[in-house]
Amino acid sequence: MTMDNDIKIKFEAGEYDVVVIGAGHAGCEAALACARKGMKTMLMTMHLDSVAMMPCNPSIGGTGKGHLVREIDALGGQMGRVIDKTYLQIKTLNTSKGEAVHSLRAQADKARYHDEMKRVIENTPNLYLKQAQAVEIMTDSDGKVCGVMTYTGGIYRCRAAVICSGTYLKGRIIIGEAIQESGPNGLMASYKLSDSLRELGFTINRLKTGTPTRINRRSIDFSVLTPQYGDKDSEAFSFDDDLGEDKKDLPCYLAYTNEETHDIIRANLSRSPLYSGVIHGTGPRYCPSIEDKVVRFADKKQHQLFVEPEGASTDEMYLQGFSSSLPEDVQEKMLHSLKGFEHAEIMRSAYAIEYDAIDPRQVYSTLMTKPVKGLFTAGQINGTSGYEEAAAQGIVAGINAAQYVRGEAMLTLTRADGYIGVLIDDIVTKGATEPYRIMTSRVEYRLLLRQDNADKRLMPFGYKFGLVSEERYKRMLAKWESVDREIERLRSVKVTDSPALRELSEITGGGIRPGTTLYTLLKRPTISYEDLAPLDEDRPALPKNIVKQAVIQIRYEDYILREEKQIERFRKLEDKKIPVDFDYQNSKNLRIEARQKLDRYRPLNLGQASRIEGVSPADISVLMIELAKADNK
Amino acid sequence: MNDYDTIAAISTPVGTGGISIVRLSGEKAFEITEKVFSRPNGKPFSEAGANTLSYGHIIDTEGSIVDEVLVGKMLAPHTYTTEDTAEINCHGGLFAARSVLALLLKNGARVAEPGEFTKRAFLGGRIDLSQAEAVEDIITSKTELFTKIAAGQIAGALKNAVNAITDKILILLSDLEVTIQYPEYDIEEVTVGRLRDSLEEIRDDIEALGATYRKGEISREGLRTVIAGKPNVGKSMLLNRILDEDKAIVTDIPGTTRDVVDELVNLSGVPVKLMDTAGIRESSETVEAIGIDRSVAAIKKADLVLWTVDVSSPLEQEDIRLRTEISGRPFIAVLNKCDLGINKETLDYFRNDECIVCSAKTGENMEKVTGVIADFAMDSPGDITSAALIVNARHKALIDKAADAIGHAISSLDEGMPEDLIEIDINDCRDYLGEITGETAREDVIDDIFSRFCLGK
Repeated sequence: MTMDNDIKIKFEAGEYDVVVIGAGHAGCEAALACARKGMKTMLMTMHLDSVAMMPCNPSIGGTGKGHLVREIDALGGQMGRVIDKTYLQIKTLNTSKGEAVHSLRAQADKARYHDEMKRVIENTPNLYLKQAQAVEIMTDSDGKVCGVMTYTGGIYRCRAAVICSGTYLKGRIIIGEAIQESGPNGLMASYKLSDSLRELGFTINRLKTGTPTRINRRSIDFSVLTPQYGDKDSEAFSFDDDLGEDKKDLPCYLAYTNEETHDIIRANLSRSPLYSGVIHGTGPRYCPSIEDKVVRFADKKQHQLFVEPEGASTDEMYLQGFSSSLPEDVQEKMLHSLKGFEHAEIMRSAYAIEYDAIDPRQVYSTLMTKPVKGLFTAGQINGTSGYEEAAAQGIVAGINAAQYVRGEAMLTLTRADGYIGVLIDDIVTKGATEPYRIMTSRVEYRLLLRQDNADKRLMPFGYKFGLVSEERYKRMLAKWESVDREIERLRSVKVTDSPALRELSEITGGGIRPGTTLYTLLKRPTISYEDLAPLDEDRPALPKNIVKQAVIQIRYEDYILREEKQIERFRKLEDKKIPVDFDYQNSKNLRIEARQKLDRYRPLNLGQASRIEGVSPADISVLMIELAKADNK
Repeated sequence: MNDYDTIAAISTPVGTGGISIVRLSGEKAFEITEKVFSRPNGKPFSEAGANTLSYGHIIDTEGSIVDEVLVGKMLAPHTYTTEDTAEINCHGGLFAARSVLALLLKNGARVAEPGEFTKRAFLGGRIDLSQAEAVEDIITSKTELFTKIAAGQIAGALKNAVNAITDKILILLSDLEVTIQYPEYDIEEVTVGRLRDSLEEIRDDIEALGATYRKGEISREGLRTVIAGKPNVGKSMLLNRILDEDKAIVTDIPGTTRDVVDELVNLSGVPVKLMDTAGIRESSETVEAIGIDRSVAAIKKADLVLWTVDVSSPLEQEDIRLRTEISGRPFIAVLNKCDLGINKETLDYFRNDECIVCSAKTGENMEKVTGVIADFAMDSPGDITSAALIVNARHKALIDKAADAIGHAISSLDEGMPEDLIEIDINDCRDYLGEITGETAREDVIDDIFSRFCLGK
């Protein structure tokens, strides 16, 4: 255990089951999950006004991320409900493509989102919210978490701790030549906690991210920009919410960079900390700064920018696509070169931020860390990027911290369970050398892991782990039962000869014979459920979402069956557990590289082992044999 | 678990060498050896040191000596299979080795499947999958030509060919994915027409690679050459004469039906599997009819048919009928028995066919017959030592699955399925191809997206 010389006076600050450090999107979900599971929970934040803060883009959801929000909701989390209450605009992306890649995205009112989440937290029993800076994770003689010490010397005794430190750990903000020790958004950074982690045996990585300029709405000439509106009849994120008839729809706008902008950037590249070597952290490829884009895609004449409102009660507008770490004066020139932004006023400058994170391969898929029992991590500390990615880990870490305290089995979501499973498995097996973002292409079984069936997939876990009420769970079961009933009904109804049938046959390419079931007809992508109404006299009145699910299951049946088979195969390797204390070093038949990697990262099963870089299929065969030998002994 | 039982096999080539070695590998290799092996000093085999040779006798269950042997003892994991291994050096000839092997099997060993020692070396982590397959191909190759191909495969010709296809798939996938991931960016959508063109191109590539399997098989199994003709045109003599041309018969292939005789011969380095068939004629006799059916079946699968006729006599209906049976198969007309004279009309009948007038009896023009067969075989495989060739049945099965997956993608596209579902087929195809080279990954789609498109906040 380490002693901090700076802290002269220590005092007992109370006993808790779980202490959650950080009240961003991960911390809020973690703390709510713990408290709702009956844990006496302390939620610490550097600043109470930054609870559920969105220091970057003013939106929740999007491709892949929308899936995460739905899954969090199905598990019994809060993010979906809060955004449903506080959105400014909502739409479904990719509607021209298949249901598997449909994704909800909402523009968020940042201030209201923060207010709403904070209110929920304040009103949750067992949950204590406090402004305090954690500086040390305290462990007992068995190496288990026993407390968290704050900057002011307070010792919060606890049996489990969840660290959701965001970009605060040794944060450093860079705007051109101006460099400042700082957390996000000008908030104070946290210096001591990552040293405590290093002493506990964690490998610390340095990561980088950034955020674009905020512009005063009144200084933008919107007459030359293209407005973009949301959907008129959108679904809500939460499976329980209904957005009602009168939807809010504040527009975003589309803008473009031009050759002049690019010239300004090129002329000032020498002043970019990215190119002069000031920034050491590794940034995400999918959030490149505008200078990155201009250098890497030199032949592109223009880049798209999206102008998004930060809230209904503020004039701040977010300029997506214009992230930069160039000096402020250059940012200003760049901005004024944009059409519609000739007189734009910057309210907040774009900046790059560097921060400490751990190597997430030191974390189990339960999100408990390998070096310290009872210590969990979630969000950017695990190398991810994004509010939704953070919240997704937060709820899993929260559930499992409570399970750990109770001495009960923890929740592990696999790649076959959902996007959350993919996200966690990716980081714990492959690490995160750059901030990790969920993408639908990372997901193997995405036809089965749709956002529209997240309730069916994950609510059973939410129910089992105590975050979903019996009433809500039964409602979900009832919904899916009616989907199954409708599928069965469509299977049994055969069409008879009629003018309506002949007409349908004609307009959909022909060949429909009397006696065909509605089920068979629905398999044709050219025939919709509505098209069949004249042929389906006894059709029950069903809610839209039930019909939609029935049609998806029928239409994509072949593909669904194939993915189900693939999942079966996948599960075989996942089900082959490897004991945590397995002796890799004495498995002489393993190649040395594999032996070292496996020994270091200690995968929980053969499937995970196979996804670790440097472990070959031959190593997996060997491991299979070694495991069988160990079993026989 | 079945994987760990102890396996045994005669590991020296069948023949009349000075010694034959019976090899045992597995956890019970020493225990089983001890049961049948008696040393003059009376000490049990278990006490013999690591990496030693022990002298003694193999004793059967009745206590009689089967053979006088030297037994090598090699301890895991420093053996070929990485398991405990015993090697029993018997006297030469098949009989001694077979008796010893039989005795080992009786005492708890299982006969090794072909390539199983190599499989264990692979499972033991000594060699990787592609090495294992190449080693096995070298071991099982019957010809020098095939050995070259197997060696070329280690050098990566196949890998390069597969990678060229997967690169195309990768580009297509990332083009599709990027518009899914970033729907609001003005990135050109992949149109149905372009998607279809790309899929067809990929399918053609895969099928072209798959088509090399037959060539690979020829170099591995030999060119299937069927000698066909009505009875008494000299087919058997033709067979024997060709066999004479080959000074080194590699092996006879056991287990084939007696009415179609197979011989593997080596004609100028090209493996040829010669098959003599029962004479084809109308027959009411059941037994003969079965033979004839088999002959017809052999013709249908032949790479080359040697249509043999008696050139000294007029053609009969039964000769001419063969043209129908042969139809579609490449053939050479072998106009045999020219020593007995040449019937002009018979010769004339074949004027538009490739034919050789010869006599198997006197050997006249026989070098032409073997030369034409060898040329034909060489023609088929092309430059098979450098080009990518599918020689391995596992690879062929994966190629077929990959082609099916792309076929499914095309038909789904035509049915109007959304592109993200078609990606399921494309990904399947890619996984199958990846299994050939041992590389399957999704991360590279993401790498490709970010290297080619400009996105982000």
